[in-house]
Amino acid sequence: MNKKRLLVLVLSIAAIITLALLPLVITSDSTINLVILVLLYMALASSWNILGGYTGQTNLGHAAFFGTGSLITRLLWIGGMPFFGAFLLGGLGAVALAMLIGVPAFKLRGVYFAIGTLALAQILNLTVSNIFPEMSFNPNITDYQLLPRYYLFLALTVGTICVAYLLVNSKWGLGMMAVREGEDAAESLGISALRHKLLALAASAFLAGLVGGAFAYYHVSYYLNMPFGPEWTFDPMMMAYIGGTGTIIGPIIGSIFFVGLKQLLVWNVGEYHLIIFGTLFILIVLFLPGGLVELWKKTQSYLRRGPGQRKKKATVQVA
Amino acid sequence: MLTPLAQTLVFGILVGALYGLVALGLSLVFGVTKLLNVAHGELLMIGGFASFWAFSLLGINPYLTIPISMVVLFLLGAVLYKLIFSRTVKLPEESKIKNTLLVAFGLSIILQNLALKFWTADERAISTPILRTAIKVAGIRLPYARLANLLIAVFFLVVLQLFLRKTYIGKAIRATVQNWEAASLMGINIQRVYLLAFAIGASLAGVAGTLVAINFSIQPNMGLTWTLKALIVMVLGGLGSIPGTFIGGLVLGLTESATSFFINSNYREIAGLVLFLLVLIFRPQGLMGAKET
Repeated sequence: MNKKRLLVLVLSIAAIITLALLPLVITSDSTINLVILVLLYMALASSWNILGGYTGQTNLGHAAFFGTGSLITRLLWIGGMPFFGAFLLGGLGAVALAMLIGVPAFKLRGVYFAIGTLALAQILNLTVSNIFPEMSFNPNITDYQLLPRYYLFLALTVGTICVAYLLVNSKWGLGMMAVREGEDAAESLGISALRHKLLALAASAFLAGLVGGAFAYYHVSYYLNMPFGPEWTFDPMMMAYIGGTGTIIGPIIGSIFFVGLKQLLVWNVGEYHLIIFGTLFILIVLFLPGGLVELWKKTQSYLRRGPGQRKKKATVQVA
Repeated sequence: MLTPLAQTLVFGILVGALYGLVALGLSLVFGVTKLLNVAHGELLMIGGFASFWAFSLLGINPYLTIPISMVVLFLLGAVLYKLIFSRTVKLPEESKIKNTLLVAFGLSIILQNLALKFWTADERAISTPILRTAIKVAGIRLPYARLANLLIAVFFLVVLQLFLRKTYIGKAIRATVQNWEAASLMGINIQRVYLLAFAIGASLAGVAGTLVAINFSIQPNMGLTWTLKALIVMVLGGLGSIPGTFIGGLVLGLTESATSFFINSNYREIAGLVLFLLVLIFRPQGLMGAKET
């Protein structure tokens, strides 16, 4: 177990170093943009996973938090505030919004939180497009540089995954998983379901808000309501499911898979990758709730054990 | 001042009847099977397209395309239930709702992108000269197309109620709602009841789709808007209550038209959603209180 953990640590550090050195090797902007997209989805899917995967609360309005972060950051930053201040306030704004909806919605069980967040995201989407109908332009377009954006996303994604990892491996994380497995049982053991759900929501919304802030920093021009669109909820949610919810690696695999599939099928007109991805998502929810991670584990244990019972006995004897 | 206000309220009621019809199928399916089919808006979209093509290619009268879209959606609903939703029936209720919610989202993405591929993103509508004319009563305009909404919505509401109260299958459905285990012990085939309820719910989405194509317009990614409207109406009326659904539709229609009148028509949809959130938070059993169907 310890050896395995060391291996994972070494591999993660190697991956981070490779990504950090990547711009020295690759100079094409389009490749860097592609990597940024993967990093963005990784962070967003991982942030969704804290609440949706580990705590078992289906959030259908993640776009509300992503959008709020991007809106606050964009307005403050374009308005003249130093970027990092605006960035942080964007994340905090998303948390404030999350608490506003979370406290009442979590008092109700099950489906209410899901449809409540869905409505919330749509309310913000429509309101923002009413208030700011025009496209937002970055005035300092002449000194736009891609590399700082790339490193911001890299740091943010690594940070998000680390926060998720530390959180779910803490005492609070165990409580969150206990709430997911059975609220009544958790409550009877003295775990406050409401408090754990709110903590997971706050962490999830804060990280999503920061990703939104990075998005606002990255894009030269976009409609301000664009980050509130439903695809910013559903795409990361599907990535987390396809990779494997309730695992750290799941959303990472899911987002690489999603962007890869999108790139492969981009030659055709239309959104074929979404048809394939939607189908895969349904199959996984119905038949393989652990996602690709579970598939990998099953294959692995199947290979180790060998196809038949007899063989298993034989290997045990040899060992 | 008074006539425009009266006009607004009348319009709200006429549109609200359509909203009630939009939610009727969703409410039936949720009430019977406890499946929350958030692909309802996409089913409605397909019903709208079925009517649109029957009208524009075959030249059938817009209102006579209703049976066509009903049959198409009944079959589609049956297939989707058999293929996908039947697999979630055995789960305990809470994880069943969650899983069907997720599965239905996947389905809505698939249907939306298939529709985009086959029918392009163009906005379409069914329109004939007579649909655009109106009669005037006491200074209030009553367009024929809007009056037809009310008639058709009431018609389907009454037919559905009679079907549930008087027929053998309807009674089986109600028995299943009350207690599916007892119903199944009495020899009712639960899977068949669920299949039927889902297919009937889908065909009601088909009717609503036809009316949306006549009154507004249709487009492949219209689904989410209409799913949300149906959810709002369903929550306003009390989850799974069929008469409540109709009243919920009227409440939403009136809220929207009052918002257009007093504030701005851009905020129409937002008002409905805010009302929805408030009801979810303060009165989750719905405005009417959920009594059994």
